Amino acid sequence: MGNKTPLFETHKALGARLVDFAGWDMPIHYGSQLEEHHTVRRDAGMFDVSHMTVVDLIGAQARSFLRHLLANNIDRLQDEGKALYSCMLNEQGGVIDDLIVYFMHESWFRLVVNSATRDKDLDWINAQAGPFDIDVIEQPELAMIAVQGPHARDRVLSVLDEPARQSAADLKLFFGIEHGDWFIARTGYTGEDGFEIMLPGTEAVAFWNALSEAGVAPCGLGCRDTLRLEAGMNLYGTDMDESVSPLVSGLGWTVGWEPAERNFIGRDALERERDAGPRQKLVGLLLEDKGVLRNHQKVITDRGGQGEITSGSFSPTLGRSIALARVPVDTGSHCQVEVRGRLLAARVVKPPFARNGKAQIELD
Amino acid sequence: MSELPGDLKYSKSHEWVRVNDDGTVTVGITDHAQEQLGDMVYVEVPEQGRELEAEEACAVVESVKAASDVYTPLAGTVVEVNEALTDAPETVNQDAYGAGWLMKLKPASPDALDGLMDPDAYQAFIDAE
Repeated sequence: MGNKTPLFETHKALGARLVDFAGWDMPIHYGSQLEEHHTVRRDAGMFDVSHMTVVDLIGAQARSFLRHLLANNIDRLQDEGKALYSCMLNEQGGVIDDLIVYFMHESWFRLVVNSATRDKDLDWINAQAGPFDIDVIEQPELAMIAVQGPHARDRVLSVLDEPARQSAADLKLFFGIEHGDWFIARTGYTGEDGFEIMLPGTEAVAFWNALSEAGVAPCGLGCRDTLRLEAGMNLYGTDMDESVSPLVSGLGWTVGWEPAERNFIGRDALERERDAGPRQKLVGLLLEDKGVLRNHQKVITDRGGQGEITSGSFSPTLGRSIALARVPVDTGSHCQVEVRGRLLAARVVKPPFARNGKAQIELD
Repeated sequence: MSELPGDLKYSKSHEWVRVNDDGTVTVGITDHAQEQLGDMVYVEVPEQGRELEAEEACAVVESVKAASDVYTPLAGTVVEVNEALTDAPETVNQDAYGAGWLMKLKPASPDALDGLMDPDAYQAFIDAE
Protein backbone atom coordinates (compact mmCIF):
# COMPACT_ATOMS: atom_id res chain seq x y z
CA MET A 1 0.00 0.00 0.00
CA GLY A 2 1.35 3.38 -0.99
CA ASN A 3 1.04 6.85 0.45
CA LYS A 4 -2.39 8.38 0.16
CA THR A 5 -3.39 11.99 -0.34
CA PRO A 6 -6.35 13.45 1.58
CA LEU A 7 -8.37 12.94 -1.63
CA PHE A 8 -7.72 9.19 -1.94
CA GLU A 9 -11.21 8.10 -0.85
CA THR A 10 -12.74 10.76 -3.09
CA HIS A 11 -10.85 9.38 -6.10
CA LYS A 12 -12.00 5.86 -5.28
CA ALA A 13 -15.61 6.97 -4.99
CA LEU A 14 -15.31 8.67 -8.39
CA GLY A 15 -14.21 5.37 -9.93
CA ALA A 16 -10.64 6.41 -10.60
CA ARG A 17 -8.13 3.89 -11.88
CA LEU A 18 -5.37 4.20 -9.28
CA VAL A 19 -1.72 3.52 -9.99
CA ASP A 20 1.48 3.68 -8.02
CA PHE A 21 3.20 6.99 -8.69
CA ALA A 22 6.51 7.39 -6.87
CA GLY A 23 5.11 5.50 -3.90
CA TRP A 24 1.72 7.25 -3.94
CA ASP A 25 -1.63 5.75 -4.94
CA MET A 26 -2.73 8.31 -7.53
CA PRO A 27 -5.52 8.45 -10.12
CA ILE A 28 -4.31 7.88 -13.68
CA HIS A 29 -7.79 8.58 -15.07
CA TYR A 30 -11.44 8.47 -14.05
CA GLY A 31 -12.70 6.72 -17.18
CA SER A 32 -11.11 8.26 -20.24
CA GLN A 33 -7.70 9.90 -20.35
CA LEU A 34 -8.50 11.38 -23.78
CA GLU A 35 -11.72 13.04 -22.62
CA GLU A 36 -9.98 14.47 -19.58
CA HIS A 37 -7.24 15.86 -21.81
CA HIS A 38 -9.77 17.60 -24.05
CA THR A 39 -11.67 18.92 -21.03
CA VAL A 40 -8.56 20.75 -19.83
CA ARG A 41 -7.82 22.22 -23.30
CA ARG A 42 -11.45 23.26 -23.82
CA ASP A 43 -13.06 23.82 -20.43
CA ALA A 44 -11.72 23.16 -16.92
CA GLY A 45 -10.23 20.16 -15.14
CA MET A 46 -8.69 19.55 -11.72
CA PHE A 47 -5.77 17.40 -10.63
CA ASP A 48 -4.85 16.16 -7.19
CA VAL A 49 -1.12 16.91 -7.02
CA SER A 50 -0.87 16.63 -3.25
CA HIS A 51 1.94 14.09 -3.69
CA MET A 52 4.26 16.92 -4.71
CA THR A 53 6.70 18.14 -2.09
CA VAL A 54 6.43 21.64 -0.65
CA VAL A 55 9.53 22.95 1.12
CA ASP A 56 9.71 26.34 2.80
CA LEU A 57 13.04 28.12 3.25
CA ILE A 58 12.76 30.47 6.19
CA GLY A 59 15.35 32.94 7.37
CA ALA A 60 17.16 36.14 6.54
CA GLN A 61 19.62 34.31 4.29
CA ALA A 62 17.01 32.48 2.19
CA ARG A 63 17.70 34.55 -0.89
CA SER A 64 21.47 34.26 -0.71
CA PHE A 65 21.08 30.49 -0.21
CA LEU A 66 18.96 30.25 -3.36
CA ARG A 67 21.54 32.28 -5.33
CA HIS A 68 23.88 29.40 -4.55
CA LEU A 69 21.43 26.49 -4.84
CA LEU A 70 19.59 27.24 -8.09
CA ALA A 71 20.78 27.52 -11.70
CA ASN A 72 18.21 30.21 -12.42
CA ASN A 73 18.79 33.59 -10.84
CA ILE A 74 16.60 34.09 -7.77
CA ASP A 75 17.15 37.84 -8.11
CA ARG A 76 14.73 37.73 -11.03
CA LEU A 77 12.15 37.59 -8.24
CA GLN A 78 11.73 41.13 -6.95
CA ASP A 79 7.94 41.30 -6.54
CA GLU A 80 6.36 39.36 -3.67
CA GLY A 81 4.37 36.35 -4.89
CA LYS A 82 6.34 35.96 -8.12
CA ALA A 83 7.33 32.43 -9.19
CA LEU A 84 10.44 31.19 -10.97
CA TYR A 85 11.14 27.86 -12.70
CA SER A 86 14.63 26.52 -12.11
CA CYS A 87 16.85 23.49 -12.19
CA MET A 88 18.80 22.42 -9.12
CA LEU A 89 22.16 21.07 -10.32
CA ASN A 90 24.94 18.95 -8.92
CA GLU A 91 28.60 20.02 -9.25
CA GLN A 92 28.81 18.25 -12.63
CA GLY A 93 25.93 20.34 -14.01
CA GLY A 94 23.54 17.36 -13.94
CA VAL A 95 19.94 18.05 -13.00
CA ILE A 96 19.04 16.87 -9.48
CA ASP A 97 15.49 18.17 -9.95
CA ASP A 98 13.46 20.91 -11.55
CA LEU A 99 11.26 23.05 -9.34
CA ILE A 100 9.16 26.14 -8.90
CA VAL A 101 10.19 28.69 -6.30
CA TYR A 102 7.78 31.32 -5.01
CA PHE A 103 9.01 34.56 -3.41
CA MET A 104 6.68 34.87 -0.42
CA HIS A 105 8.62 37.61 1.33
CA GLU A 106 12.27 38.39 1.98
CA SER A 107 12.74 35.74 4.65
CA TRP A 108 10.41 33.12 3.17
CA PHE A 109 10.74 31.32 -0.17
CA ARG A 110 8.58 28.32 -1.02
CA LEU A 111 9.85 25.49 -3.24
CA VAL A 112 7.68 22.89 -4.95
CA VAL A 113 9.74 19.87 -5.98
CA ASN A 114 8.90 16.49 -7.52
CA SER A 115 7.62 13.72 -5.27
CA ALA A 116 9.75 11.04 -6.94
CA THR A 117 12.88 12.99 -5.95
CA ARG A 118 11.70 14.09 -2.49
CA ASP A 119 14.26 12.24 -0.40
CA LYS A 120 17.33 13.15 -2.42
CA ASP A 121 16.14 16.75 -2.84
CA LEU A 122 15.67 17.23 0.91
CA ASP A 123 19.05 15.60 1.60
CA TRP A 124 20.74 17.85 -0.95
CA ILE A 125 19.02 21.05 0.18
CA ASN A 126 19.77 20.33 3.84
CA ALA A 127 23.39 19.52 3.07
CA GLN A 128 23.86 22.72 1.07
CA ALA A 129 22.01 24.82 3.66
CA GLY A 130 24.60 24.13 6.35
CA PRO A 131 26.57 27.40 6.15
CA PHE A 132 23.41 29.53 5.76
CA ASP A 133 21.22 30.82 8.53
CA ILE A 134 17.96 29.30 7.30
CA ASP A 135 15.44 26.64 8.24
CA VAL A 136 14.39 24.04 5.70
CA ILE A 137 10.82 23.05 6.52
CA GLU A 138 8.82 20.50 4.56
CA GLN A 139 5.05 21.06 4.56
CA PRO A 140 3.66 17.53 4.18
CA GLU A 141 0.25 18.46 5.59
CA LEU A 142 -0.49 20.70 2.61
CA ALA A 143 -2.70 19.30 -0.14
CA MET A 144 -2.37 20.70 -3.64
CA ILE A 145 -5.05 20.93 -6.31
CA ALA A 146 -4.29 22.21 -9.82
CA VAL A 147 -7.28 23.62 -11.70
CA GLN A 148 -6.48 24.15 -15.36
CA GLY A 149 -8.24 25.14 -18.56
CA PRO A 150 -9.75 28.18 -20.28
CA HIS A 151 -12.60 28.28 -17.72
CA ALA A 152 -10.52 27.23 -14.71
CA ARG A 153 -10.04 30.69 -13.22
CA ASP A 154 -13.71 31.61 -13.39
CA ARG A 155 -14.77 28.34 -11.78
CA VAL A 156 -12.23 28.66 -8.96
CA LEU A 157 -13.20 32.28 -8.30
CA SER A 158 -16.84 31.23 -8.11
CA VAL A 159 -16.16 28.97 -5.12
CA LEU A 160 -13.80 31.27 -3.19
CA ASP A 161 -15.01 33.61 -0.48
CA GLU A 162 -14.00 37.25 -0.28
CA PRO A 163 -11.35 38.51 0.10
CA ALA A 164 -9.55 35.44 -1.32
CA ARG A 165 -11.67 35.75 -4.44
CA GLN A 166 -10.53 39.28 -5.17
CA SER A 167 -6.85 38.62 -4.54
CA ALA A 168 -6.97 35.47 -6.72
CA ALA A 169 -8.80 37.38 -9.46
CA ASP A 170 -6.05 40.02 -9.45
CA LEU A 171 -3.19 37.54 -9.76
CA LYS A 172 -0.96 38.01 -12.78
CA LEU A 173 0.49 35.01 -14.63
CA PHE A 174 3.16 33.21 -12.61
CA PHE A 175 2.29 34.94 -9.34
CA GLY A 176 0.86 33.50 -6.15
CA ILE A 177 -0.70 34.90 -3.00
CA GLU A 178 -1.23 33.70 0.55
CA HIS A 179 -4.62 33.72 2.04
CA GLY A 180 -4.58 32.48 5.63
CA ASP A 181 -3.08 29.01 5.42
CA TRP A 182 -3.98 28.72 1.74
CA PHE A 183 -1.67 29.66 -1.11
CA ILE A 184 -3.17 30.35 -4.51
CA ALA A 185 -0.86 30.59 -7.53
CA ARG A 186 -1.53 31.27 -11.19
CA THR A 187 0.79 28.50 -12.35
CA GLY A 188 0.40 25.05 -13.86
CA TYR A 189 1.81 22.20 -15.91
CA THR A 190 -0.64 21.91 -18.79
CA GLY A 191 -0.14 24.91 -21.07
CA GLU A 192 -3.50 26.31 -19.99
CA ASP A 193 -4.39 29.16 -17.67
CA GLY A 194 -5.52 28.29 -14.17
CA PHE A 195 -4.48 28.01 -10.56
CA GLU A 196 -2.46 25.71 -8.36
CA ILE A 197 -3.87 25.85 -4.84
CA MET A 198 -2.11 24.66 -1.72
CA LEU A 199 -4.38 24.21 1.26
CA PRO A 200 -4.50 22.24 4.51
CA GLY A 201 -5.18 18.59 3.76
CA THR A 202 -8.20 18.68 6.08
CA GLU A 203 -9.91 21.17 3.73
CA ALA A 204 -9.04 19.43 0.45
CA VAL A 205 -12.13 17.24 0.09
CA ALA A 206 -14.59 20.10 0.66
CA PHE A 207 -12.76 22.31 -1.83
CA TRP A 208 -12.57 19.51 -4.43
CA ASN A 209 -16.29 18.86 -4.07
CA ALA A 210 -17.10 22.56 -4.39
CA LEU A 211 -15.05 22.72 -7.59
CA SER A 212 -16.84 19.65 -8.86
CA GLU A 213 -20.21 21.29 -8.23
CA ALA A 214 -18.95 24.38 -10.06
CA GLY A 215 -18.35 22.23 -13.15
CA VAL A 216 -14.66 21.36 -12.88
CA ALA A 217 -14.00 17.79 -14.06
CA PRO A 218 -11.66 15.48 -12.13
CA CYS A 219 -8.62 14.63 -14.26
CA GLY A 220 -5.93 12.02 -13.69
CA LEU A 221 -2.17 12.15 -13.96
CA GLY A 222 -2.40 10.35 -17.33
CA CYS A 223 -3.68 13.40 -19.14
CA ARG A 224 -1.45 15.67 -17.07
CA ASP A 225 1.42 13.95 -18.86
CA THR A 226 -0.01 14.36 -22.39
CA LEU A 227 -0.94 17.98 -21.61
CA ARG A 228 2.54 18.89 -20.38
CA LEU A 229 4.12 17.12 -23.37
CA GLU A 230 1.93 19.07 -25.79
CA ALA A 231 2.88 22.23 -23.90
CA GLY A 232 6.57 21.37 -24.40
CA MET A 233 7.28 21.08 -20.68
CA ASN A 234 9.94 18.67 -19.49
CA LEU A 235 9.25 15.81 -17.09
CA TYR A 236 11.99 15.12 -14.58
CA GLY A 237 13.40 11.59 -14.75
CA THR A 238 12.48 11.09 -18.39
CA ASP A 239 13.52 14.27 -20.23
CA MET A 240 16.39 15.06 -17.90
CA ASP A 241 18.15 13.65 -14.86
CA GLU A 242 21.48 13.84 -13.09
CA SER A 243 23.38 12.52 -16.13
CA VAL A 244 22.51 15.50 -18.35
CA SER A 245 22.67 19.28 -18.05
CA PRO A 246 19.98 21.87 -18.76
CA LEU A 247 21.93 22.81 -21.92
CA VAL A 248 21.10 19.49 -23.61
CA SER A 249 17.59 19.37 -22.11
CA GLY A 250 15.99 22.38 -23.77
CA LEU A 251 16.44 24.30 -20.52
CA GLY A 252 19.33 26.63 -21.40
CA TRP A 253 16.87 29.51 -21.04
CA THR A 254 16.48 28.73 -17.34
CA VAL A 255 20.18 29.17 -16.57
CA GLY A 256 20.90 32.59 -15.05
CA TRP A 257 24.38 33.29 -16.45
CA GLU A 258 24.29 36.91 -15.35
CA PRO A 259 25.68 38.22 -13.09
CA ALA A 260 28.89 36.33 -13.87
CA GLU A 261 30.01 36.44 -10.24
CA ARG A 262 26.99 34.42 -9.00
CA ASN A 263 28.67 31.12 -8.33
CA PHE A 264 25.74 28.67 -8.28
CA ILE A 265 26.28 24.93 -7.88
CA GLY A 266 27.19 23.41 -11.25
CA ARG A 267 28.19 26.71 -12.83
CA ASP A 268 31.78 25.74 -13.65
CA ALA A 269 30.72 22.52 -15.38
CA LEU A 270 27.97 24.31 -17.32
CA GLU A 271 30.37 27.03 -18.49
CA ARG A 272 32.79 24.43 -19.76
CA GLU A 273 29.99 22.67 -21.64
CA ARG A 274 28.68 25.95 -23.03
CA ASP A 275 32.13 27.07 -24.18
CA ALA A 276 32.92 23.71 -25.78
CA GLY A 277 29.50 23.74 -27.45
CA PRO A 278 26.85 21.22 -26.31
CA ARG A 279 26.86 18.10 -28.47
CA GLN A 280 23.14 17.43 -28.18
CA LYS A 281 19.86 19.29 -27.98
CA LEU A 282 16.30 18.52 -26.99
CA VAL A 283 13.81 18.97 -29.84
CA GLY A 284 10.19 18.26 -30.57
CA LEU A 285 9.18 15.56 -33.05
CA LEU A 286 5.95 15.26 -34.99
CA LEU A 287 5.39 11.79 -36.42
CA GLU A 288 4.46 12.03 -40.10
CA ASP A 289 3.62 8.34 -40.50
CA LYS A 290 0.97 6.43 -38.58
CA GLY A 291 2.01 4.97 -35.23
CA VAL A 292 2.92 6.18 -31.78
CA LEU A 293 6.28 7.52 -30.57
CA ARG A 294 7.33 6.16 -27.18
CA ASN A 295 10.08 6.84 -24.64
CA HIS A 296 13.51 5.38 -25.53
CA GLN A 297 12.83 4.80 -29.23
CA LYS A 298 15.91 5.41 -31.37
CA VAL A 299 16.10 8.51 -33.57
CA ILE A 300 18.21 8.48 -36.75
CA THR A 301 19.09 11.82 -38.35
CA ASP A 302 19.74 12.67 -42.01
CA ARG A 303 23.45 12.85 -41.25
CA GLY A 304 23.46 9.37 -39.75
CA GLY A 305 23.57 10.57 -36.16
CA GLN A 306 21.57 8.89 -33.43
CA GLY A 307 19.35 10.23 -30.70
CA GLU A 308 16.64 9.00 -28.38
CA ILE A 309 13.07 9.90 -27.59
CA THR A 310 12.81 11.06 -24.00
CA SER A 311 8.99 11.48 -23.91
CA GLY A 312 6.74 10.15 -26.63
CA SER A 313 2.98 9.83 -26.77
CA PHE A 314 -0.13 10.50 -28.76
CA SER A 315 -1.20 14.14 -28.85
CA PRO A 316 -4.97 14.30 -28.39
CA THR A 317 -5.08 17.93 -29.51
CA LEU A 318 -3.18 17.31 -32.77
CA GLY A 319 -4.51 13.79 -33.34
CA ARG A 320 -0.93 12.77 -34.12
CA SER A 321 1.99 11.33 -32.24
CA ILE A 322 4.55 13.74 -30.78
CA ALA A 323 7.72 13.48 -28.74
CA LEU A 324 10.61 15.23 -27.11
CA ALA A 325 13.92 13.75 -28.23
CA ARG A 326 17.59 14.29 -27.41
CA VAL A 327 19.43 14.41 -30.74
CA PRO A 328 22.83 15.50 -32.11
CA VAL A 329 23.14 19.27 -32.25
CA ASP A 330 23.42 19.25 -36.09
CA THR A 331 20.04 17.52 -36.56
CA GLY A 332 18.09 19.13 -39.39
CA SER A 333 14.38 19.45 -40.06
CA HIS A 334 13.57 15.76 -40.53
CA CYS A 335 14.57 12.45 -39.00
CA GLN A 336 13.50 8.84 -38.69
CA VAL A 337 12.40 6.98 -35.60
CA GLU A 338 12.68 3.25 -35.09
CA VAL A 339 9.20 2.22 -34.01
CA ARG A 340 8.68 -1.47 -33.33
CA GLY A 341 11.25 -2.57 -35.90
CA ARG A 342 10.31 -0.08 -38.62
CA LEU A 343 11.71 3.32 -39.55
CA LEU A 344 9.03 6.01 -39.53
CA ALA A 345 9.39 9.59 -40.76
CA ALA A 346 9.20 12.47 -38.28
CA ARG A 347 9.53 16.23 -38.56
CA VAL A 348 11.71 18.16 -36.13
CA VAL A 349 9.71 20.99 -34.58
CA LYS A 350 10.06 23.58 -31.86
CA PRO A 351 7.76 22.92 -28.88
CA PRO A 352 5.17 23.77 -27.67
CA PHE A 353 2.94 21.55 -29.78
CA ALA A 354 -0.27 22.92 -28.26
CA ARG A 355 -1.29 25.33 -25.56
CA ASN A 356 -4.13 27.69 -24.73
CA GLY A 357 -6.55 25.32 -26.44
CA LYS A 358 -4.83 25.44 -29.81
CA ALA A 359 -2.25 23.67 -31.94
CA GLN A 360 0.99 25.64 -31.99
CA ILE A 361 2.58 23.93 -34.98
CA GLU A 362 1.47 23.43 -38.59
CA LEU A 363 0.49 19.82 -39.14
CA ASP A 364 1.43 19.48 -42.83
CA MET B 1 -17.70 -5.83 -14.69
CA SER B 2 -16.97 -6.55 -18.34
CA GLU B 3 -19.66 -8.52 -20.16
CA LEU B 4 -18.62 -11.88 -21.55
CA PRO B 5 -20.56 -13.11 -24.60
CA GLY B 6 -21.39 -16.80 -24.19
CA ASP B 7 -20.78 -17.83 -27.82
CA LEU B 8 -17.08 -16.85 -27.85
CA LYS B 9 -13.85 -18.60 -26.89
CA TYR B 10 -11.13 -16.80 -24.99
CA SER B 11 -7.33 -16.91 -24.71
CA LYS B 12 -5.03 -16.28 -21.76
CA SER B 13 -3.59 -13.28 -23.60
CA HIS B 14 -7.10 -11.73 -23.63
CA GLU B 15 -8.22 -12.30 -27.21
CA TRP B 16 -11.65 -13.61 -28.18
CA VAL B 17 -12.58 -15.92 -31.07
CA ARG B 18 -15.95 -16.25 -32.78
CA VAL B 19 -16.64 -19.14 -35.19
CA ASN B 20 -18.47 -17.91 -38.28
CA ASP B 21 -20.92 -19.91 -40.43
CA ASP B 22 -18.46 -20.04 -43.34
CA GLY B 23 -15.82 -21.80 -41.23
CA THR B 24 -13.67 -18.70 -40.71
CA VAL B 25 -13.11 -17.23 -37.23
CA THR B 26 -13.16 -13.61 -36.12
CA VAL B 27 -10.58 -12.43 -33.57
CA GLY B 28 -10.56 -9.39 -31.32
CA ILE B 29 -9.42 -8.33 -27.85
CA THR B 30 -11.70 -8.72 -24.86
CA ASP B 31 -13.57 -5.95 -23.11
CA HIS B 32 -11.40 -6.63 -20.07
CA ALA B 33 -8.27 -6.06 -22.18
CA GLN B 34 -9.46 -2.79 -23.71
CA GLU B 35 -10.50 -1.55 -20.26
CA GLN B 36 -7.05 -2.29 -18.87
CA LEU B 37 -5.30 -0.61 -21.81
CA GLY B 38 -7.41 2.55 -21.89
CA ASP B 39 -8.21 4.87 -24.80
CA MET B 40 -6.98 3.39 -28.09
CA VAL B 41 -5.16 5.76 -30.39
CA TYR B 42 -3.62 3.39 -32.96
CA VAL B 43 -4.33 -0.11 -34.20
CA GLU B 44 -2.11 -2.08 -36.57
CA VAL B 45 -3.67 -5.17 -38.15
CA PRO B 46 -1.77 -7.92 -40.03
CA GLU B 47 -1.57 -8.11 -43.80
CA GLN B 48 -4.26 -10.07 -45.56
CA GLY B 49 -2.98 -13.47 -46.66
CA ARG B 50 -0.42 -13.72 -43.86
CA GLU B 51 -0.01 -17.21 -42.40
CA LEU B 52 -0.01 -17.16 -38.62
CA GLU B 53 1.30 -19.66 -36.12
CA ALA B 54 -0.71 -20.09 -32.93
CA GLU B 55 0.21 -17.47 -30.30
CA GLU B 56 2.19 -15.43 -32.83
CA ALA B 57 2.21 -11.65 -32.27
CA CYS B 58 0.28 -10.36 -35.27
CA ALA B 59 -1.37 -7.06 -34.40
CA VAL B 60 -0.67 -4.06 -32.19
CA VAL B 61 -3.11 -2.01 -30.18
CA GLU B 62 -1.77 1.23 -28.78
CA SER B 63 -3.52 3.22 -26.11
CA VAL B 64 -2.44 6.67 -24.96
CA LYS B 65 -0.52 4.81 -22.27
CA ALA B 66 1.29 2.00 -24.05
CA ALA B 67 1.61 -0.36 -27.00
CA SER B 68 0.45 -3.96 -26.64
CA ASP B 69 0.90 -6.94 -28.93
CA VAL B 70 -2.10 -9.00 -29.92
CA TYR B 71 -1.43 -12.72 -30.25
CA THR B 72 -3.47 -14.95 -32.51
CA PRO B 73 -5.14 -17.61 -30.35
CA LEU B 74 -4.96 -20.15 -33.21
CA ALA B 75 -2.97 -20.91 -36.36
CA GLY B 76 -4.48 -19.84 -39.66
CA THR B 77 -4.46 -17.55 -42.67
CA VAL B 78 -5.61 -13.94 -42.44
CA VAL B 79 -8.56 -13.62 -44.82
CA GLU B 80 -9.88 -10.21 -43.79
CA VAL B 81 -8.79 -7.34 -41.54
CA ASN B 82 -10.77 -4.51 -39.97
CA GLU B 83 -9.43 -1.56 -41.99
CA ALA B 84 -11.89 0.82 -40.31
CA LEU B 85 -9.81 0.71 -37.12
CA THR B 86 -7.01 2.68 -38.80
CA ASP B 87 -9.11 5.83 -38.66
CA ALA B 88 -11.28 4.89 -35.70
CA PRO B 89 -9.15 2.96 -33.17
CA GLU B 90 -11.59 3.98 -30.41
CA THR B 91 -14.04 1.42 -31.83
CA VAL B 92 -12.06 -1.21 -29.89
CA ASN B 93 -13.00 0.60 -26.66
CA GLN B 94 -16.59 1.15 -27.66
CA ASP B 95 -17.47 -2.26 -29.09
CA ALA B 96 -14.74 -4.80 -28.34
CA TYR B 97 -16.85 -7.85 -29.29
CA GLY B 98 -18.53 -6.27 -32.32
CA ALA B 99 -17.30 -3.48 -34.58
CA GLY B 100 -13.95 -3.52 -32.78
CA TRP B 101 -12.93 -6.91 -34.23
CA LEU B 102 -9.37 -7.09 -35.57
CA MET B 103 -9.13 -9.89 -38.17
CA LYS B 104 -10.75 -12.95 -39.68
CA LEU B 105 -8.76 -16.16 -40.05
CA LYS B 106 -9.17 -19.41 -41.95
CA PRO B 107 -8.08 -21.89 -39.25
CA ALA B 108 -5.18 -24.15 -40.14
CA SER B 109 -6.90 -27.15 -38.58
CA PRO B 110 -10.41 -27.99 -37.35
CA ASP B 111 -9.24 -28.56 -33.76
CA ALA B 112 -7.45 -25.20 -33.57
CA LEU B 113 -9.91 -23.91 -30.97
CA ASP B 114 -9.47 -26.79 -28.59
CA GLY B 115 -7.12 -25.11 -26.12
CA LEU B 116 -9.26 -21.99 -25.66
CA MET B 117 -11.42 -21.10 -22.67
CA ASP B 118 -15.19 -20.83 -22.43
CA PRO B 119 -16.66 -17.70 -20.77
CA ASP B 120 -16.73 -19.20 -17.27
CA ALA B 121 -13.14 -20.34 -17.46
CA TYR B 122 -12.02 -16.95 -18.80
CA GLN B 123 -13.93 -15.13 -16.04
CA ALA B 124 -12.20 -17.30 -13.45
CA PHE B 125 -8.87 -16.58 -15.17
CA ILE B 126 -9.40 -12.79 -14.99
CA ASP B 127 -10.52 -12.98 -11.38
CA ALA B 128 -7.38 -14.92 -10.45
CA GLU B 129 -5.06 -12.53 -12.28
